[in-house]
Amino acid sequence: MLELLLPLLDDLKPAFGETFLMVGISSFFAIAGGLPLGFLLYITERRLFWENQAAHAIGNVLVNVIRSLPFVILLVLLLPFTQWVLGTTIGPAAAAVPLSVAAIAFYARLVEGALCEVDPGIVEAAQAFGASPLRIVGSVLLREALPGLLRGLTVTLISLIGYSAMAGIVGGGGVGDLAIRFGYYRYQTDVMIVTVIALVILVQAVQALGDLAARRADKKG
Amino acid sequence: MIELQDISIAFTAKDRTVRAVRNASLSIASGQIFGIVGTSGAGKSTLLRAINLLEPPDSGLVLLDGRDITGLKGAALRRERQKIGMIFQHFNLMLTRTVYDNVAFTLHIAGKSRQEISERVPELLGLVGLSDKADAYPAQLSGGQKQRVGIARAIANHPQVLLCDEPTSALDLETSAAILELLKEINERLGITIVLISHEMSVIKKICTRVAVMNAGQIIEEGEVYDIFATPREEFTRQLVEHTLNLDLPARLTEDLRGTLLKILFLGERAEQPLLSEVALRFGVSINILHGKIEYINSRALGILVALLDHDRSEDGASRLGEAIEFIRQNTAHVEVLHA
Repeated sequence: MLELLLPLLDDLKPAFGETFLMVGISSFFAIAGGLPLGFLLYITERRLFWENQAAHAIGNVLVNVIRSLPFVILLVLLLPFTQWVLGTTIGPAAAAVPLSVAAIAFYARLVEGALCEVDPGIVEAAQAFGASPLRIVGSVLLREALPGLLRGLTVTLISLIGYSAMAGIVGGGGVGDLAIRFGYYRYQTDVMIVTVIALVILVQAVQALGDLAARRADKKG
Repeated sequence: MIELQDISIAFTAKDRTVRAVRNASLSIASGQIFGIVGTSGAGKSTLLRAINLLEPPDSGLVLLDGRDITGLKGAALRRERQKIGMIFQHFNLMLTRTVYDNVAFTLHIAGKSRQEISERVPELLGLVGLSDKADAYPAQLSGGQKQRVGIARAIANHPQVLLCDEPTSALDLETSAAILELLKEINERLGITIVLISHEMSVIKKICTRVAVMNAGQIIEEGEVYDIFATPREEFTRQLVEHTLNLDLPARLTEDLRGTLLKILFLGERAEQPLLSEVALRFGVSINILHGKIEYINSRALGILVALLDHDRSEDGASRLGEAIEFIRQNTAHVEVLHA
């Protein structure tokens, strides 16, 4: 077993590096883009301080369109966009572009859901005490929804690890790509098994960390 | 002084419009505990929210100490709201913050410094009797304790007015009484005007001095709580009061009654005079008291008796009974013949 693993390690290490890079970049955009978009979806739908049916409808359709495309299709569809942004479509950074787009839409929905879980009465109380919209978003909604936001982020991260395997198709590399190239095309079942085990461990670790963080943030008892 | 002038608020849901509040006018003097009572859906919650403009009225004016605040927006409205505290039926505490931080939050909003906050919060927690719970999270508190936190944060910024939205409806009887007692104490000690809504007349009876009765979006009656209980003018109010006084007789008693069944209302000092024994002696009628109670509302007595009067078999018995009833009518506040 060990003599089989050692040479594989040389392939696994860069593959994991690429996976981490792709997931890292797209997670960053999931938070930077998905969080505001989720807030926008939530706020524009409510009679709070910026009810705006038009803005809500646009955001809603945008998220739905991206979410309704199978990721492989989105990947191919966004190739010209990736080319325009980065000047290349090869490599983990290029693969991170469609991953980020998918991640933003995916996480925005989960953010909206987490915000809906916050008792509207809590927001009403903050309004009654004269809190500004910025404070309601930053100190009330964000904080009260934090357990849900963290759980949503965990789900997003794990989905991104899965998606990143498909990114291998456009030359993104990563662990999934390794499994397909060696394990599938070259019939090296042992490589397949090792990569699968590695992925399972990775996902378990992410889930465990996410659960831990969410539990610590959750004071509902 | 809170004045609501001709307030109307309507909601449009899908294809129909609900007129939640219709042409409601109220004047609430400073330092009062003012109640608004009505069944659920009567619009009292909406009317209460018009005062701090959480529900901006479609028409009408909201005046605080003579200043029109109806049109205020943005920062000016927020500054005004900081002077109006509010507590809620379901407490609405932030679950991810400790008791201390929940109270500190309203002080933060009002721009208080860190040092002011660290002095004021323990003072407030002491006032509501929760000094030992500063580091607890709301989930670790009982309903009554949660409402105490709600009260502490609502009065943190020295408001002139405290709005109470069904403050005891989610609490058991005992806790509810304690919370009402605390509100009364706050009103007396700090001079904060309290506007309280409830669907229970018994809550109103316990702490309010004046009350407005709402039905189907309109204020149908308003006055001193004692007067509303003693002499309700509207049928709806009468039902509310009767429901609270609960003077129902068991069916067994009313089935084969002989004589005249009276409901007699005594007000004030009259409630303390031995009227019925005088009637029995003077008119020679028998009096059997079937039900009765004396309520003390704002320390004035309100007595209600349900009594069965009957005469003997002699010739003038019936006329003496008539005279007796007339005598009672003249010497009490109100007599209602329930059964003749």
